[in-house]
Amino acid sequence: MLKGNSVVSISDIGKDEMLELFKLADSYSRSVEQGQRIDSLHGSIMATFFYEPSTRTRLSFESAMHRLGGSVISVSEAKSSSVAKGETLADTVRMAASYSDIIVIRHPMDGAAKLARKFSSKPIINAGDGSGQHPTQTLLDLYTIRKELSDIDGKEITMLGDLRYGRTVHSLLLALSEFDVKINLVSPPLLRVPQHILDQVQSMVKIRVTENLNDVISDSDVLYVTRIQKERFTDETEYNSVIGSYIVNSDIVSTMKKNSIVMHPLPRVNEISPEVDADPRAAYFRQAANGIPVRMALLSMILGGK
Amino acid sequence: MDTTLKISKIKDGTVIDHVPGGMAFKVLSILRVDDLNENSISIGVRVPSEQMGQKDVIKVENRYLERVEVDKISFVAPEATISIVKNYNISEKYKVRLPEKIIGFIRCINPNCISNAREPVNSEFKLISRMPISIRCEYCERSMSEREILQNL
Repeated sequence: MLKGNSVVSISDIGKDEMLELFKLADSYSRSVEQGQRIDSLHGSIMATFFYEPSTRTRLSFESAMHRLGGSVISVSEAKSSSVAKGETLADTVRMAASYSDIIVIRHPMDGAAKLARKFSSKPIINAGDGSGQHPTQTLLDLYTIRKELSDIDGKEITMLGDLRYGRTVHSLLLALSEFDVKINLVSPPLLRVPQHILDQVQSMVKIRVTENLNDVISDSDVLYVTRIQKERFTDETEYNSVIGSYIVNSDIVSTMKKNSIVMHPLPRVNEISPEVDADPRAAYFRQAANGIPVRMALLSMILGGK
Repeated sequence: MDTTLKISKIKDGTVIDHVPGGMAFKVLSILRVDDLNENSISIGVRVPSEQMGQKDVIKVENRYLERVEVDKISFVAPEATISIVKNYNISEKYKVRLPEKIIGFIRCINPNCISNAREPVNSEFKLISRMPISIRCEYCERSMSEREILQNL
């Protein structure tokens, strides 16, 4: 049951609810395209706490709430908030719960959203915590696959790049394990999916781990590319040694199936060449746009709007 | 001539038996022996055992274990038995059991875990596997192996 509940991990949403959410997102997507005014969350207030930089996630949450007729209050930087005065996240959240109906939080530490849920009397949405989970990104990723390829079951999905630190990858892997899919994990050995994540999914879904994209590219229905995040490395030499691995260009995309797609949680640095943007298989900007209807549907289901 | 060194009986207190050979010192650190000024302690290290080959035995006079101490010992010595002795007789004897939920006494190995930050919460883990021992942090979901648990106990 999503109504009145927090979403801190993708496992907080059952598969049936997810499919219901996607249908609602389809309908919001049409309404927004047709310029219809929706007022279902009029009078509701969403508080956003982004303790880490974010453009897309934050804007799309705020836009989603405005599109539903609700209001937004926000703290953009930890240094402009009471955290700078030494307040714990627990206290900040307790206070925010009395000012709003729902709280969206992004935090640099792993498990921060779970802690927030413990101290909040209002639902919490995790908008990314450390290298932990990013469930709403996962929802829009799954929504994109379903919308672009008409189904998720039966598909072969290749994840490429930083699979160790990329939180979108971890959430997506957990979610995909609920579907009938094949997954290929392509990364340098240094950036492989952490064993504790693999342990959770390995028995449920077929997984192939390789360093070579050519092994799997021509069979893939989805190529999910991730950015190698500099801020996750403590050692710059280590970063320099892996950056530039696996740059997706037109030559690589030309070996993919005609009806396959290239996805990316964005922002990209150089892992997908701009020349790929014009290819119909490049779905990453459509994917980012899906963030609005998906987050509208999530807010609506949690807050009980129509 | 009897060449075996026997550990004498205690009148009142606790006997911790079937501790893996050499782990007695880890158990003593759990019991904070430094603080046990008044209690006499007998320790047998690597004594022959039919079941285990060799084992450690600890006898502590006038001291009874708290739940959290027993839970901690279960990670160091999962096969240990605890006997409560009253007036030279065993009044209660039980085997330790790894707890399903581990709250407050193991530090998460992930330095970026929110449970390691200055927040008003205890660390919290769920037991994932008894053999080999594995637990998972309820906050950051990192799992910890037996070796990692012993280092963070």
